[in-house]
Amino acid sequence: MFRLVLSAAFATVLCLAQDVPQAFVGAYLLPISRAPIEDGALVVHQGKIVSVGESSEVQVPSDAEVRDVAGLVIAPGFVDTHSHAGSVEGGDASGPLHPDARALDSINVRDARIQKAQAGGITTANIMPGSGHLLSGQTLYVKHRDSNVIDDLLIRREDGLLAYGVKMANGTNSRKDPPFPGTRAKSAALVRANFVKAAEYREKVEVAASEGEEAPPRDLGLETLADILAGDRVVHFHTHRHDDILTVLRLAEEFDFRVVLQHVSDGWAVAEEIAASDHVLGASLILIDSPGGKIEAKDNQLPTAAILEAAGVRTGFHSDDPITDSRLFARMAALAVRAGMSREGALRGLTLAGAEMLGLEDRIGSLDAGKDADFVILSGDPLSVYTQVLETWVDGVRVFDRSDPRDRLYAEGGYGASHDQASLLHSVAEGEHQ
Amino acid sequence: MRTHSIGPALVALAITGLAHSQVAIYGDTVHTSAGPPLTDAVVVIEEGKIARLGSADAIDVPDGFRVLRAAVVTPGLIDARCTIGLSGYLNQRQDQDQLDSSEPLQPELRAIDAYNPREELVAWVRGYGVTTIHTGHAPRSLVSGQTAVVKTRGETLEEAVVKPVAMIAATVGEGAREGGTKSPGTRAKMASLLRKELIRAEEYLRKQSAQNGEDRPDRDLRLEAMGLVLDGQVPLLVTAQRSQDILTALRIRDEFDFPMVLDGVAEAHGVLSRIRDAGVPVIVHPTMMRASGETENLSFETAGILIQAGVPTAIQGGYEPYVPKSRLVLFEAAVAAAHGLGFDDALRSITISAARILGVSDRVGSLEVGKDGDVALFDGDPFEYTTHCVGVVIEGAVVSEDVR
Repeated sequence: MFRLVLSAAFATVLCLAQDVPQAFVGAYLLPISRAPIEDGALVVHQGKIVSVGESSEVQVPSDAEVRDVAGLVIAPGFVDTHSHAGSVEGGDASGPLHPDARALDSINVRDARIQKAQAGGITTANIMPGSGHLLSGQTLYVKHRDSNVIDDLLIRREDGLLAYGVKMANGTNSRKDPPFPGTRAKSAALVRANFVKAAEYREKVEVAASEGEEAPPRDLGLETLADILAGDRVVHFHTHRHDDILTVLRLAEEFDFRVVLQHVSDGWAVAEEIAASDHVLGASLILIDSPGGKIEAKDNQLPTAAILEAAGVRTGFHSDDPITDSRLFARMAALAVRAGMSREGALRGLTLAGAEMLGLEDRIGSLDAGKDADFVILSGDPLSVYTQVLETWVDGVRVFDRSDPRDRLYAEGGYGASHDQASLLHSVAEGEHQ
Repeated sequence: MRTHSIGPALVALAITGLAHSQVAIYGDTVHTSAGPPLTDAVVVIEEGKIARLGSADAIDVPDGFRVLRAAVVTPGLIDARCTIGLSGYLNQRQDQDQLDSSEPLQPELRAIDAYNPREELVAWVRGYGVTTIHTGHAPRSLVSGQTAVVKTRGETLEEAVVKPVAMIAATVGEGAREGGTKSPGTRAKMASLLRKELIRAEEYLRKQSAQNGEDRPDRDLRLEAMGLVLDGQVPLLVTAQRSQDILTALRIRDEFDFPMVLDGVAEAHGVLSRIRDAGVPVIVHPTMMRASGETENLSFETAGILIQAGVPTAIQGGYEPYVPKSRLVLFEAAVAAAHGLGFDDALRSITISAARILGVSDRVGSLEVGKDGDVALFDGDPFEYTTHCVGVVIEGAVVSEDVR
């Protein structure tokens, strides 16, 4: 009952926030899909971007709430292609492959790390279960809306289905005692055996449908693998070492699936091979402050981003939250620039490249009319250490406001900044405010 | 801060036999950490020491000097607390010598017996301008062992070492908690064990100084090491994250009256006045350290809050159990600079303030005539993400010209 009241109060807030158009005028705009606009205006309404352009050219509706944001920078909301926020879980220790396990059924939406992601300007994330399995489960693409229930974070595709991918891994994390594989060859063999089974399952289902026969018994795991084979779901493949990356390319070629390479520590060594693969949607990098910490990441280095960019690979970034801090997500793009990546490529890597890897580029990732009103207002250049995220907006609703002490707590830290119930408190306060 | 004396055998270790060259380093801006920044200045290094420093117009650099130029020049950076060289970048059994967990109290474990000057991580931090590190035994044991101050150069410990016994590392809080039936299993037991050990060491020192040689106890390396703390020769470096652990550390210091340096202090903002009033210096956790467990309440602003309160504060690269295990102190100071600390104090926290806390400010931490010729060169604001370190000089030797 308590929760229902809160949800109702919150729904009111959502509604009010979208009632009139909002215009942000005078900012330095980074649309990503085109060149920066020095003196720009952004108009949003009903959760969507209505218009973007030069302040002098954009028509601001007469009923709009106008905000003067001169001196500030507006960029699309950041897209984190690999996060563990929400204490997500996938498969358990009973075996190496869990295509039936859904991130959806495990995420704690009150995890303070979701607030911290908002504080870092992240508006969309691919929340994934861990890498200790060959296949740890289905991931979940979420919007970082304010919420008390998982249903409010979901993204639905055009066909009405939930947007998600599948998490796989190779290398050392998934190498353990039986029933887990003990070697790299065994890892690949287990994956191949399962895809072969899924191909047969898929064929049986298709034949049954076309001939009006009874379908084979429903198998949740094979169903997911069949979706991958059908090109309907993307594999997010945790992979570090150069030879493991090539194994991913080999598997993707054999079973004709689409893959986002995740981490790709040795991507610098096999950039041409990655670029040549028709199956790779992109490479999502984690750039860490010092090499190693685990043996597979011993050659993880900042220039990888520039090397992949030069090879023509779509290159983005991920926080791997909690491995790196979601609040400093833009920092990773800046470090890529430090080591030679183009500024444009790095900013795209934070936004549109990630959206493309999640298949959501028609809705998010750039400031374009018709796209979701997901954006960040920054105090300056996103690639400067001195810049702060001032506000984060998702679907036209402000979910982070640095001038609000409750939000500032997540941005800076302090007592309570890691407490689970924060989202609830936030909603209660919003409700009272109304 | 007291000056710490060390045994003559250890002093011998500190003598470096490395070749020095004559170098002149020009900077559009030279931050000395000893006053306001200088514009269009030059740092002249001879025989490994800074010989002259000032306006480029006023100082003639003789022929034969190696000349380096950069937009921004700073003192060589100091990481005030790490385990680099004891811990290696592979994170495999053979390169992890920062912690022995067989016993909770091991102050006799010497950092100098474990430091690997050829470890990749040493070269890694050096490439970003870090010329001095305070490294040694890790937190996560009640008393884990000793630390040392070394330069990030040299192929042997003897060539690298500045201070063979810098501090003795202790931990109060979650990290020191042992599992099963082993002690200490609780915070109260940690304090009790530490106090008992200090009492034993007091007794040992008293008996050692007895007039009659026959009454002297047998030599005990463990009590001898704790005795260095009680004698005031070496500070106890206490890692304490929770506010109650910080207060426990201060309580024990008040009882036994020895030099202490606080480490970590994730909840310093909760007991700020107590830290300030105690007059204890602080080596604050890496700014970007993960907020979980006993560090769940940490803040990007802690270094700024401490310095504003007048607490002598340095920032550390630290040590964590997972990627990245060793953080780069330059990057940690940068984020602190942007979160309340400001440029000048952030730079001081990884140069002169760190040197003072480590007791090595007579040699390093600022660009002043007579100090070691340790210099970092940058192509812009050292804290900006997109700026590069373009050169590093240690005691007059150009140790890196990579663009990092």
